[in-house]
Amino acid sequence: MTEVIGAPMRATGPVAWARRHFFATWYDAIFSVILGALIIWSFNALISWAFLDAIWTVENKDQCDHGAGACWAVIQDRGRLILFGLYPYEEQWRSTLACLIVIVTMVLSCLPSFWSIRRIPILWTVGFGLFILLMRGGFAGLPLVRSEQWGGLSLTLFIFCGVFILGMPLAVLLALGRRSSLPVIAKGTGLFIDLFRSLPLLTILFAAAVVVPLLVPEQIQGSKLSRVIIAFAVFFAAYQAEIIRAGMQSTSQGQEEAAVALGMPYWSLVMDILLPQAFRNTLPSTINQAVITFKETSIVTIIGFFEVMASGNAAIGSGEWGNQYVEVYVFLALIYFVFVFGLSRYGSWLETRMRLGHA
Amino acid sequence: MTRLLTSQKFRRIAIQSTFVFLIAVFIISLVVTGQRNIAAQGIATGFGFLERTTGWPVNFSVIEISPRSTYALVLWAGLINTMLVGFLTLIFSTILGLILAFMRISSNTLMNFVGTAYVELFRNVPVILQVFFWYALLTHLPSPKQAYDLAGIGFLSNRGLMLAVPELSSTDWLTLLAALVAIMIGLFVTRGRGEARLKGLIAVGLIVVLFAVLLLTGRAPDTGLLSVPELKGLRFIGGMTLKPEFSALLIGLVLFGAAYIGEIIRGGLLSVDKGKLEAGVALGLSEFQTNRYVRIPLAFRAMLPSLSNQYVWLMKATTVGIAIGYPDYFAIVSTSINQAGQTMELIALLMGGFIVVNYSIGFLMNQINERIKLKGRS
Repeated sequence: MTEVIGAPMRATGPVAWARRHFFATWYDAIFSVILGALIIWSFNALISWAFLDAIWTVENKDQCDHGAGACWAVIQDRGRLILFGLYPYEEQWRSTLACLIVIVTMVLSCLPSFWSIRRIPILWTVGFGLFILLMRGGFAGLPLVRSEQWGGLSLTLFIFCGVFILGMPLAVLLALGRRSSLPVIAKGTGLFIDLFRSLPLLTILFAAAVVVPLLVPEQIQGSKLSRVIIAFAVFFAAYQAEIIRAGMQSTSQGQEEAAVALGMPYWSLVMDILLPQAFRNTLPSTINQAVITFKETSIVTIIGFFEVMASGNAAIGSGEWGNQYVEVYVFLALIYFVFVFGLSRYGSWLETRMRLGHA
Repeated sequence: MTRLLTSQKFRRIAIQSTFVFLIAVFIISLVVTGQRNIAAQGIATGFGFLERTTGWPVNFSVIEISPRSTYALVLWAGLINTMLVGFLTLIFSTILGLILAFMRISSNTLMNFVGTAYVELFRNVPVILQVFFWYALLTHLPSPKQAYDLAGIGFLSNRGLMLAVPELSSTDWLTLLAALVAIMIGLFVTRGRGEARLKGLIAVGLIVVLFAVLLLTGRAPDTGLLSVPELKGLRFIGGMTLKPEFSALLIGLVLFGAAYIGEIIRGGLLSVDKGKLEAGVALGLSEFQTNRYVRIPLAFRAMLPSLSNQYVWLMKATTVGIAIGYPDYFAIVSTSINQAGQTMELIALLMGGFIVVNYSIGFLMNQINERIKLKGRS
């Protein structure tokens, strides 16, 4: 006589929920208790440091060294230096406005309705053009501000956008080159891409800043900033090219053959068939690459540019605020976090969307 | 003539020759301008400078160097510094990443939360900012006089972490090496289970005792077993010092790298088919055994390509050390360029060094990949 046993019932209710999520096994219980205590303690410490015990304004800088919490007065005192660098004080509204324009441009290009091979370049030409006009000035009563005086967040955004705008078309060319049926071109671009991918970004930027002046006639050297941006763009393109190439490979071979059979010219095949699909298929990886690039703009600090990382260091480097380094680094980390976290959230939203078959 | 122009074969050759021609013109023009500029500055060319002494000090090195060392030796020291920090980063961030990955796939909500919070926090802030932060933190510690005492075996101050280390002469090191080899042979010969294993373990135990006696009796008189750091005046004498530059770079890279590696490992673990895990449980394996014998081997295979990319990336990221004064290969090359002026040669050495290191990692990971990939399928 066999006994019939039904499937075990899944327990419900708050006790069962807690057991499943926190006390599933004896070691889960131990971890939960320890981690729970740790989380509460660190949350408490963070809140009291950042808000409850924090000092917001001071008359005298010594006050900061005696408080138990953060001294946000340093941000009040040095915030403008961190955000604008050495940009002239009276003109800093221009820097703010220029940053806002570029941020709006970035947000707009994240909207699916702007995703077309024609709209995106127009959007970026307008947005980035306005950015440069505003930052540089020299017309309609706006005093001229040379790029050597640019600094802080606007320089970070300028480098990031410059790299993206120059790097993307180059990446497309490199990807097409590597897929070419002509062996010399395919091997040549392949070698170029692999070479750039195996070198650290810093060494490439350093070479652009120091070596290029030795190798190129003075008339076409350009400024140090433009050389570094171009070198950064080439580095970006080497990585992005591999992403685009993967995207092109994921479109079926049949489409390409059909286009050739219909007598489509090569550029039409690329612009109307390959690229739109390649970009769509690889949007999450492209966003990921953008995230990495944004973080890596901070490396130009080492080459001697005054972007937001360097201006943050300058804010604590003078000695007056030397002990408030935690506050300044937290502030900088927040700036980067907002951009990077926003972008990567957007990336994972896209991924979900694509998995559902919308894009 | 028109037939020639429309001929596929001719067009292919023409396009490729133009491509080669343009690149050749580009490179030749660079070389010509370069030679003219270098001649105008009166810099000697060639690698002869490698034999010269540098004349400047380096604040951290694994191998012994001084301002009287040659450029070749100092550059080599820099490459070793890069590899030291690089490989330690890879090891520690992989361990931490593994822990993070298991936290993030755990069914325990709190573990999950901590893992996720860690990854989001450390991944979304540039690594150079993190390195700057740790460096500022370590150099703002109290001076050696008020150093934190770590239970007598170490001290933590703004000069770095001073640790007690075993005082060993070179013969002692040789003895240790011999002991290690003997133990390995002992374990290898008596592989297997049961009685042979037991005998082997006893033999290994005897070897350990023998070498311990050798080490203790063979010592020069009046030297302690441990070299403990001691405060003499304003600084510590004895023991081993981990400089803040080194520690800050290592901490920054490990914490940052672990966030990325954790995500790669998590992806690998999640890619393992659920049915295989259930099969493991059905066969009576414990949760640990299922992870150890089913999940990790399968996941390892899936994540190896992204892992090797990440390793190469981390190796390259060690160059940010220059920002806080850690003398890695890039920092040494950049100082050499300022001092010796041999820009072209040094840049070539710099790029060559990184290409060799990165290709070795790639090669090593490919070898592992070859060994573990599924056999009998393409």
